[in-house]
Amino acid sequence: MMPSRTWLVVIAVVCALIGVRALTGNGMGRVYVKAAPVKVEVKADEAKGTLAQTVSWTQWNAVPAKAYLAAQAADPNQTEVQLSWARTIGLWLAAFLTLAIFSFMYRDNPAYRFAEAAIIGVSAAYWMTIGFWDTIVPKLLGSIATDFVRGNILPSLVEQSSVQVIAMWVALALGLMLLMRLSSKGAWISMWPLAFIIGVTAGLKIVSHVESDLLAQSVATFKPLAALERGADGAIAVAPTVWMSLRNVLIVVGVLCCLTYFFFSVEHKGLVGRSARVGVWYLMITFGAAFGFTVMGRVALLAARVEFLFDDWLWLIDPSGKRVLESVSVIVGCF
Amino acid sequence: MDGVGGVAVSSFARILEGLDRRWIFLAMAIAVAGPIVYIGLTGKTLPETATPAAEAVYDAIEALPSGSRVLMSFDFDPASGGELIPMATSLVHQCAARGHKMYFIALWPLGPQLIEETIKRVIRADYPHLKDGVDYINFGYQAGNEAVMKVMLTDFVKAFPKTAGGGASGEVPMMNGVTRVSDFPLLITVSAGYPGAKEWVQYVVSSSGGAIEMVTGCTGVQTPQLYPYFPGQLTGMLGAIKGAAEYESLVNENISKASGDARVEPKYQEAQRRMGPQLGAHLLMVVLIALGNFAYFAKRRESVRGAA
Repeated sequence: MMPSRTWLVVIAVVCALIGVRALTGNGMGRVYVKAAPVKVEVKADEAKGTLAQTVSWTQWNAVPAKAYLAAQAADPNQTEVQLSWARTIGLWLAAFLTLAIFSFMYRDNPAYRFAEAAIIGVSAAYWMTIGFWDTIVPKLLGSIATDFVRGNILPSLVEQSSVQVIAMWVALALGLMLLMRLSSKGAWISMWPLAFIIGVTAGLKIVSHVESDLLAQSVATFKPLAALERGADGAIAVAPTVWMSLRNVLIVVGVLCCLTYFFFSVEHKGLVGRSARVGVWYLMITFGAAFGFTVMGRVALLAARVEFLFDDWLWLIDPSGKRVLESVSVIVGCF
Repeated sequence: MDGVGGVAVSSFARILEGLDRRWIFLAMAIAVAGPIVYIGLTGKTLPETATPAAEAVYDAIEALPSGSRVLMSFDFDPASGGELIPMATSLVHQCAARGHKMYFIALWPLGPQLIEETIKRVIRADYPHLKDGVDYINFGYQAGNEAVMKVMLTDFVKAFPKTAGGGASGEVPMMNGVTRVSDFPLLITVSAGYPGAKEWVQYVVSSSGGAIEMVTGCTGVQTPQLYPYFPGQLTGMLGAIKGAAEYESLVNENISKASGDARVEPKYQEAQRRMGPQLGAHLLMVVLIALGNFAYFAKRRESVRGAA
């Protein structure tokens, strides 16, 4: 299905604006880096038989475009500050992926599907790598094969106590038992580690929920309905007293009415019905507030992406003062 | 509203009903992009008045004597950066300005990179006299979610045996006097979900019996879930980008006043800049909700008349 004429015009206008932006002023979408030489003195280690030496390398730090322009103006042949092709390609790739995801709002398309697949693939691979290097290697292998891991992978591995080593062997056994779920005949074996996981999780959560949500929240609900607020002179301050009392009354009434709504052992008629109705209103206001906060969160994320496109990629705005924007300086002067 | 007016209302309602949703997306894009361009070019931001929750965060950090230990947990990833990075930046800014010792940890795998970026953006750039391992330290990520929190209650070094740089935690000079999490007078978490602020309240603050004071900066989605904990179990709270903007303005106002420098670095105004697009988007949402309701009632009125 071809896009309608109106939408073709909108897309063409956006593409034309990007083209104009690329050809005016200092251009757009480039990342510059500056060389920073690093030298580290490595001490001799008699135990390992290594000699003292100096290790040096060059670190390339990203710098604002204006630093490159200033360096070029001072010396056109300088190489200290230069364009980073790798980072520039990364920037353009980020802009392309952002626009590809946004393009779904028009309709499903290959660019969106590519970006979606890339995100899922990269996330899955990243989580797997993190799980392997942050959990399996240091915790499991580091405990059951400490010398091998310290000698070949993690020189700074901390020595584990014998209790921890035994615990890791048990964890390894439970982990292998869990994998038996893949076997049709031995699937029942995976029930044991599952039971262990459920038991431990339930034990941890019950205690913490009772402490933090049931007891502490119940205590927080016991509020004086007439809260006397006093000023600096010790006299009762009328306005704060009224507001604080009203706030406490609203909390107590809200808790009682919401609890009544979820109390199904009595038919919701008469006083119970009216309380439940008030409870519904409280719930609706809560859902509305949650929706409002969610919208706020999503708009903040959208704004961050739009800022990235306008600032880092298009060089349309410069809130951080990273560049010299001749093309927009006239507009700035208008405000 | 009979006659010509009634016909006009009905036809307008029908246009709204058949409106292609992509026009709404375009309107939202303009509502968000417009203020970003305006604020980006002029540098003007909307004024912010701090609410008690944001003020409590500022006061909790300010009330600590200079040099106090502050445990900062970065429990988020770049996906929530639009909301949480401005909070993290300002929290570190205030702690560094007050001279507190900062202990960074992360319970999310991508947290350490965000910690490193924040250290680079705030501490190394504006507080170069602060030394790694003496004034601040990054312990990196530790897998285990609530289990890590439970271990920290009794043995911090056991939960984080190494620093992000690979050194032994116990050998860091800053760790003198730190055995467990209650040795930190203040715990700050910047939280995007699980594990995050809720788990810190459930497993650490509540278990300590009130010995640990905690403030949080959290995403908009988490904010309604965390409000019941304030001001009892949570001393202060920055809810979504609005909370971040309020706190940012408080920090900027007071730190600038103290230093006598009227100019505020743009990196410390990120949340305030994002309140412009918020205003545009929310106004559009209000208009759309009003128009949606108008179309609904106009259609209902029409169908009632048709039935009669």
